[in-house]
Amino acid sequence: MNLKLHIWRQKNNKTNGAFEQYAVSDISEDMSFLEMLDVLNEDLIVEGKDPVAFDHDCREGICGSCSMTINGNPHGPEKATTACQLHMRKFKDGQEIYIEPFRNNSFPVIRDLVVDRSALDRIIQSGGYISIKTGSAPDANDIPVPKSKADVAMDAAACIGCGACVAACPNGAAMLFTSAKLKHLNVLPQGQAEKKKRTIAMVEQMDKEGFGSCTNHYECEAACPKSISVEFISEMNFEYAKARATAYRD
Amino acid sequence: MKLDARIPEGPIQDKWTKHKFDINLINPANKRKYKIIVVGTGLAGASASATLSELGYQVETITFHDSSRRAHSIAAQGGINSAKNYPNDGDSVWRLFYDTVKGGDFRSREANVYRLAQVSVNIIDQATAQGVPFAREYGGNLANRSFGGAQVSRTFYARGQTGQQLLLGAYQALAKEVESGGVKLRTRKEMMDIIVVDGKARGVVTRDLVTGELETHLADSVVLATGGYGNVFYLSTNAQACNVTATYRAYKKGAFFANPCYTQIHPTCIPVSGEYQSKLTLMSESLRNDGRIWVPKAKGDKRKPSEIPENERDYYLERKYPSFGNLSPRDISSRSAKEACDDGRGVGATGYGVYLDFKDAIARLGKDTIAERYGNLFEMYERITGDNPYETPMMIYPASHYTMGGLWVDYNLMSTLEGLHVIGEANFSDHGANRLGASALMQGLADGYFVLPYTIGNYLAKAELKKIDADTPECKATVKEVEDKINKLINVNGTKTPSYFHRKLGKLMWDKVGMARNEAGLKYALEEIPKIREEFWKDVKIVGTGAEYNISLEKASRVADFLEFAEIMAYDALDRDESAGAHFREEHQTPDGEAKRNDDDYRYVAAWEYKGVGQRPELHKEQLEFENVKLAVRSYK
Ligand SMILES: Cc1cc2nc3c(=O)[nH]c(=O)nc-3n(C[C@H](O)[C@H](O)[C@H](O)COP(=O)(O)OP(=O)(O)OC[C@H]3O[C@@H](n4cnc5c(N)ncnc54)[C@H](O)[C@@H]3O)c2cc1C
Ligand code: SF4
Ligand code: FES
Repeated sequence: MNLKLHIWRQKNNKTNGAFEQYAVSDISEDMSFLEMLDVLNEDLIVEGKDPVAFDHDCREGICGSCSMTINGNPHGPEKATTACQLHMRKFKDGQEIYIEPFRNNSFPVIRDLVVDRSALDRIIQSGGYISIKTGSAPDANDIPVPKSKADVAMDAAACIGCGACVAACPNGAAMLFTSAKLKHLNVLPQGQAEKKKRTIAMVEQMDKEGFGSCTNHYECEAACPKSISVEFISEMNFEYAKARATAYRD
Repeated sequence: MKLDARIPEGPIQDKWTKHKFDINLINPANKRKYKIIVVGTGLAGASASATLSELGYQVETITFHDSSRRAHSIAAQGGINSAKNYPNDGDSVWRLFYDTVKGGDFRSREANVYRLAQVSVNIIDQATAQGVPFAREYGGNLANRSFGGAQVSRTFYARGQTGQQLLLGAYQALAKEVESGGVKLRTRKEMMDIIVVDGKARGVVTRDLVTGELETHLADSVVLATGGYGNVFYLSTNAQACNVTATYRAYKKGAFFANPCYTQIHPTCIPVSGEYQSKLTLMSESLRNDGRIWVPKAKGDKRKPSEIPENERDYYLERKYPSFGNLSPRDISSRSAKEACDDGRGVGATGYGVYLDFKDAIARLGKDTIAERYGNLFEMYERITGDNPYETPMMIYPASHYTMGGLWVDYNLMSTLEGLHVIGEANFSDHGANRLGASALMQGLADGYFVLPYTIGNYLAKAELKKIDADTPECKATVKEVEDKINKLINVNGTKTPSYFHRKLGKLMWDKVGMARNEAGLKYALEEIPKIREEFWKDVKIVGTGAEYNISLEKASRVADFLEFAEIMAYDALDRDESAGAHFREEHQTPDGEAKRNDDDYRYVAAWEYKGVGQRPELHKEQLEFENVKLAVRSYK
């Protein structure tokens, strides 16, 4: 198939970017979306033009590197699918496709489709862990965890940290991401000791990074390649209020 | 130089405990005076960084990823082994040790493997305490499954995302140490070379992938946790960025490269569909529990699978290995698939695929049971190929998956370059000629959490290190070397993309230094690799400059190293005139097509020393002694 691409090109974070048009031809429907971009890049390099920079690595939907908005949808139109797992058979011959970086003020563009998502790492660094030193753990079966809780923890921990939720949100909130990590750790018995501290620290770090607040659009869940549930967000808000209200006791 | 593995004296069960007692300790107050650079934030690098920082060392951790959570470890699916024996089915440290030595076809070091089995128990405790959501039984205890043909259930797992969850555990431990100030984390920086002063590794030169700036990072010891080199075949199950640069540059600076020819091929991957293909996706091996593998009996049979009658199908694994059938080990089933396809009986557009058919299983067990067992995998398969495996057989083909070879290390995980430690897939240590399923995650975390943090202290306590800074001549010279190389790459200004050369090298390596090797093919590869390298240096095209975010430069720099490294792989495969584990020399097989070892002549680790680009590296041998596991023939008939 042949396609007309409009791709966001931007040299670095000091210059302005703009869409540029490219035509690609003979695209096989078995190609992944990123392989289609590879084909374009191979041609651009041979012509001596700058290839399109985009983040990617595993190409199997697990590392969270790929991050582009395709025709207005972070990761593209396919439900529960990362850009790297999206295949060209989902597009039609002759279709026009707009490709741009994940947009958010806290995700500055580095180049073309590559953005800086280190704000998400800083949210984890503020408290998204259980403070256990190597070597000091009890036997793994000393702390039984009900299967139902382990399953919920796993549902939440499936987040790949891609930031599509942020890019999809009209308010630029990072709440789906943050609440997923809080849920993962707060639901487990191992996570109880630091629950309050963790909840306060992560929510406040999220605000400090300049992310917006949730007003229930649920665009995040729709864009999330791992179908992380918005229920975690209401729970986070509740836990945060509770932790703040009782903080004086600690 | 004589290789000294520094294996402690005494009975195997006591070596590690005794060694921990014998090694020099650094007083806690003094630890903060030492600085350690860790390159890599996969399971090995993240766990080591966090633990070293907890102990009080100053740690600087470097990765080329945008976040330390993205390392290739994230992609591991199946699980992690541990000798916990929770299922009470007779597992023990000794059995895990025994299985690993035997699985590695008697080409690993007993003492290291025993230690690995010992600390495997601590890993599960550690990960669980961090909140890794391992699968649980209804009673709340951890669940286990059997994996990769093991006779006991010793594999722990977190759905199909075990690597992701273990890595997030280590990533979070690392985040905690970043927050506490113990670890300085540097992302989007690629290590380009090692700085060696007075024969000791003292730092690295990195290129900032955003600005292109070359930077000097100095320390008292350097740890490489940079993963494997499976992408030498271009197509593999590895992530796109996996490459050999870090270990190869260290090799050029004096670290020996051990057993580079031991590369593992995984039998169940989605086949290549076209020239543009960028990676091969692994499909879990568990599919072979219920799927039947076949090809048409007739060559070039282009009919749809549904049109091929039962008596015109060749269920070749069931035919050749009646007792193991479709569950034959990875290397055997991979090679059999290749044989069928080389014989012109492969299926799919390229002829390099075999069917994995669930028709009988669906008829026997019902669609619901199959959906329950493999629903996710079937969905993933359909997403990629557009075919529905409930209705038509899957197509699979083997792909490069894991590299057992790596930098040679002694019992302390130190390479032949003093002060340079190597952990995880980047070292050669514990898997011998073949790695068992679910043992790579175990080894990466064993090295990072429980071994290196002790053994590195032994080096630091004794090392005499002079004061250096960025202006020390050796540092400036290394930066200059890196800069020259980048300029040289840019100045070629040829006509072909870096990927063109990578693909070309990959094809050659896959054909001649891949699943099955022979003398003529290896000699051919040794003639061809230098030609591709020469063409690369005459005709590669990079767009843009070194002083910017430049993806063609990044790629070219990595391909340039693969083009040199590929040669040592071929030399090693040629030298090893026997078959062992995943290294299959066609000249050495039993009448049933199984690997035939030659213990008298090849019971050694081959450690190669750099002698110049295009020169034959020098071979050093570490003889392997088997005092605890009796040498025996692997048989899967
Ligand atoms: C698809 C797949 C499934 C697997 N499933 C399993 C399984 O079920 N069980 C199992 O035990 N094993 C499995 N494995 C193998 C296992 O995942 C790996 O062997 C292991 O995770 C490697 O970990 P590592 O820490 O050594 O390296 P990696 O995770 O590869 O990390 C390497 C790190 O080094 C960094 N790096 C590399 N070079 C440089 C450089 N020059 N400069 C800066 N940084 C650099 C990278 O950024 C990265 O952070 C699987 C492998 C694959 C491909
Ligand atoms: S919650 Fe979903 S969209 Fe947001 S970072 Fe995690 S995986 Fe990505
Ligand atoms: S490239 Fe890893 S999730 Fe897309």
